[in-house]
Amino acid sequence: MQLLLTRRRILWAAAGAGLASFVPTAGATEDTMAEAIRDLIGEAPVTPGKVKLELPSIVENGNTVPLTVSVESPMTEADHVESIHLFNQKNPQPYVAAFHLGPRAGKASVATRIRLADSQRVVAIARLADGTFWSGSADVIVTLAACTEQ
Amino acid sequence: MARVLINFPQRAKRGEIIEIKTLIQHPMETGYRLDSKGAVIPRDIISRFTCAYNGDEVFRAELFPAISANPFIAFSTLATESGELVFSWIDDNGQIQSEIHQITVE
Repeated sequence: MQLLLTRRRILWAAAGAGLASFVPTAGATEDTMAEAIRDLIGEAPVTPGKVKLELPSIVENGNTVPLTVSVESPMTEADHVESIHLFNQKNPQPYVAAFHLGPRAGKASVATRIRLADSQRVVAIARLADGTFWSGSADVIVTLAACTEQ
Repeated sequence: MARVLINFPQRAKRGEIIEIKTLIQHPMETGYRLDSKGAVIPRDIISRFTCAYNGDEVFRAELFPAISANPFIAFSTLATESGELVFSWIDDNGQIQSEIHQITVE
């Protein structure tokens, strides 16, 4: 039993060392995410709705998390989605990606794969042709985080 | 040249929405990782992706280090006329890789 505990301690110590070797950065927080969103849209109001963000609720590997974002829109010349922006809370950088579309997209739906350094909320913000902003979000639990593998 | 996979229907009806899936081989090095000696591995990512349909840009993406290695991007466009789709990936150093694919619209 004594031996087992010791071995367990060594394993924990090793795991700790592994994490510590990750470059220390401030890391994005809810505040830095909010700041990044403000940088993009200024003081314009963001209304929750219209944007659907699909992510698995639990992911085993934070290095490749499939993501689909879609926005309810007729995608006509007068009423379409101009851009979709993705943000996260806890990666070293809050900005994930920006997609620029237009009426020629036919529908407002984009899929990609992202990295997540921790369990967190991902937010998508869509800018419509009339200048309004809409948002959608999804919470993800990550069991093996990205970035920590060397 | 990095390996690229592009998938979309080669023939489409006019006005049809076509789905385009793209993937390019790239490490998307975040600039936040250390090598075995403890030195920071410099950032090396594809920061921009564009798709032009007969010369008109129909889709553009700006990517940050949170995009996974071998970036996969799927989007859609309206089939308007026969011609070519040009896909371009631009990395941090400004290097561009382009792929040209034909589409036939009936």
